[in-house]
Amino acid sequence: MSAALTAYTASYPTVAATLPGVALEGLKKLRTDAFAQFSANGFPLPSEEDWRYTNLSALQKKAFNPALSGINPVDAEWLESYQLADAWSLVLVDGHFRADLSVLAGLPDTVQIMGMADALMHHPELVMAYLGKAVANHKHGFIAFNTAWFTDGVWVNVPAQQVLEKPIQCLHIVTQEGGLTTTRTLLVLGENAGVQWLETFVGADVGYLSVAVTEAFIGQNAQLTAYKMQCESAKAYHFGGLYIQQAPQARCTHHNFAFGGLLARSDIDTDLQQAAQCELNGLYLGVKRQHIDNHTCINHNQPDGISRETYKGVLADRARGVFQGRVVVAEQAQKTDSNMSNRNLLLSADAEVDTKPQLEIYADDVKCGHGMTVGQLDEKSVFYLQSRGIDEVTARNMLTFAFANEMADKITLPALKALLLGQLLVLFPQHGYVD
Amino acid sequence: MLSIKDLTASINDKPILKGINLEVKAGEIHAIMGPNGSGKSTLSHVLSGKSGYEVTGGSTTYQGKDLLLLPPEIRAREGVFLAFQYPLEIPGVSNVYLLKAALNAVRKHNGLDEVDAMDFLTLVKSKIKALDMDEKFLYRAVNEGFSGGEKKRNEILQMAILEPKLCILDETDSGLDIDALKIVADGVNSLRSPDRSFIMVTHYQRLLDYIKPDFVHVLAHGQIIKSGGPELALELEEKGYGWLEDGQVAA
Repeated sequence: MSAALTAYTASYPTVAATLPGVALEGLKKLRTDAFAQFSANGFPLPSEEDWRYTNLSALQKKAFNPALSGINPVDAEWLESYQLADAWSLVLVDGHFRADLSVLAGLPDTVQIMGMADALMHHPELVMAYLGKAVANHKHGFIAFNTAWFTDGVWVNVPAQQVLEKPIQCLHIVTQEGGLTTTRTLLVLGENAGVQWLETFVGADVGYLSVAVTEAFIGQNAQLTAYKMQCESAKAYHFGGLYIQQAPQARCTHHNFAFGGLLARSDIDTDLQQAAQCELNGLYLGVKRQHIDNHTCINHNQPDGISRETYKGVLADRARGVFQGRVVVAEQAQKTDSNMSNRNLLLSADAEVDTKPQLEIYADDVKCGHGMTVGQLDEKSVFYLQSRGIDEVTARNMLTFAFANEMADKITLPALKALLLGQLLVLFPQHGYVD
Repeated sequence: MLSIKDLTASINDKPILKGINLEVKAGEIHAIMGPNGSGKSTLSHVLSGKSGYEVTGGSTTYQGKDLLLLPPEIRAREGVFLAFQYPLEIPGVSNVYLLKAALNAVRKHNGLDEVDAMDFLTLVKSKIKALDMDEKFLYRAVNEGFSGGEKKRNEILQMAILEPKLCILDETDSGLDIDALKIVADGVNSLRSPDRSFIMVTHYQRLLDYIKPDFVHVLAHGQIIKSGGPELALELEEKGYGWLEDGQVAA
C-alpha cells in the first residue's frame, strides 16, 4: 500500500464522522462499501485499460488533506471573472457550499437547488434514490474515493415540464495548498424539463487535488445543455466525472473545455435509452508539462439513438493529451446513428497525444463513423498569412486560435463564450506565444 | 523597382533557376511565359520568400534593398504581393479579419495609424463592389469552400486593399472561365498606376488579351531565353514554345 493510500485510510474514521449524511443508513452503507473498495485498490493504475495513458503515481506518493471550510478568504476577482452574471450560481469553496456567495434568488418554487449537505438533510430519501445510480463505486478508484470522502456538492431537481430560462452555474474554487476537495453533485430533470448547466473549476496557484463527480438523470424528452470549464491551477490534480442517464428521447449536449491542471482527467459517460440524443464536444489545451486526459463513453442501449462527438486538442511544449472515445451499441440498439471525431494539433516536437477510438457494435443495422487526426500547423497556410504581411508568430497564433475556436463557437451562452474566448486569447495572444 | 541579376536557385540541390536577369521599372507590366517546369512558379515563390528554395547565386534588389534578405512578411509590408496560383483555405479565420490584420500590419510598418473597424468596413465594401463580389464573402472563412474563380477574385481583393507596389500574379488565369477571367483582369487593370508594377506569370496568352503587358519574357530551363513586346505572346500562341526551346538547345 502506498504512503498516500495509508494516510487516507488511516485518517478516514475521523474524517467520516464530519461528513454530511452520517445519520443516513443508505449513505453510510454506500460510503462503507466505497471505502472498502478504495482501501483495497487505491487510485486507478495504468494497468487498467481506461487509465493506460494516465499515470497517477504522483497521487500514490502524496496525500492531500481534506480541505475544511472557511480557512482562506475567497478572491473577489475569481467571483468577478468566473461567476456568470445572468445565471443562478452555486459556489463551492474548498469543497463546501457557500450560500453567502451563491445567487439563487428568483428560482421557481418548484425547483430544488441547494448544496448537497443541505439536500441530504432536507430531502434525504429523494437524494438517496439517485446517489450512485448513474455511476457505481466499483467503476474506478476515483468514484469509490469520491463516494467515501465527499464533503458537499450540489443538488438540482427540476420537475417535469419546467424549463429554466437562466443557466445554473456551479463554481468550484480551491484556495488551500495541499488541499483535497471532494464533491458529489446530482442533477435530476423531470420529463420535458430543460436546463442549462455549467460547472467551472478554478483554484489558487497552489497544488491541490480536486475530485468532483456529477450524476445527471435526464427525463423523457427533457434537455440538458451542460458545460464544463476546467481552469484549475497549473499545479493542481483534477478528476471530474460526469455520468449521465438519458431516458427515451432525452437530449444532452455537453461542451468540455479543459485548459487547466498539472494532471487533469475528465470522464463523460452517457447511457442512451430509445431515441435519445447526445452531442459531446470538447477542447483540451495543454502547455508546459500539463497532462490532460479526456475519456468519453456513449452507451447506445436502445434503438434510434443519435450521438455526435467532436473533440479537439492543442498541445504545446511538453504537454500530453489523451482522448479515449468509446461507443458501445447494444444488440437491440438498431438504427443507431453515431459519429466521433478527434482532431489534434501538436505545436512542438515534444508535445504528445494519444487518441484512441473504441467502437463496440453488437447491432447490425447501425451507422457509426469515427475519425482521428494528429497534425501540425500547415506550413503553406503560415506562409500564406506571412505573404499578406502577418508575422510568423502571429500567423501561427491565428491558425491555432482558429483551430480551437471552432469549439468555442458552438457555445450558445454569450457570457460564457466571452469568458472562454478570453481564456483562449491568453493562450494564443496576437503576439508573444512561441511554442 | 526590381532588379534581378543572375539569380540562381535550387530545390533539394536541384537547380531550377539558372541565371535570371530581369529589370522591372515602376508602372511596367511584365509577362513571364514558359512551358511547364520552366521555373515560373519558383521565380514567384523566391521573390515572395517561400521557404524550401535555396538561392545559390545572383542578386535581387527591390527599391534599393536586398529583397532576399527580408522575411516574407516584411516583403509584403514593403509592397511585394504574391497572388497565389492556389490560394490557401484557412478555416476559422474570417476573410474580413485577415484583410484587416494584413492592412494594419502593412500600415504599421509604414508608419501609418491602424484603421478602425468602421473605416475599414467602408474601404473594404467599396473594393468588394468593384470586384463584383458578394459582401457575404467577407464573413466566411478565408477561401473555405470558395470556387476557383472566387478564390482568385479574393486574391485580387486582398491586393486592392493592401495596395502593393510590386504585384506578382502566379498563374492567376488558371482555372478561370472567361467571365471570371474578365472580372479578375478588370480588377488588375483598375490597379494599374505609374508607381505600381506587375509581374504576371502565365502559361497561356489568354490573360494577356485582357491585361496588356509592356514586356513579354520567355522562361525555359531556368533562364529567360527571349524577351520582347506584347507581339511575342501572340507568336508563342501561334507557334508554341518548341521553336524557342529547340533554339536554346542548339545554342
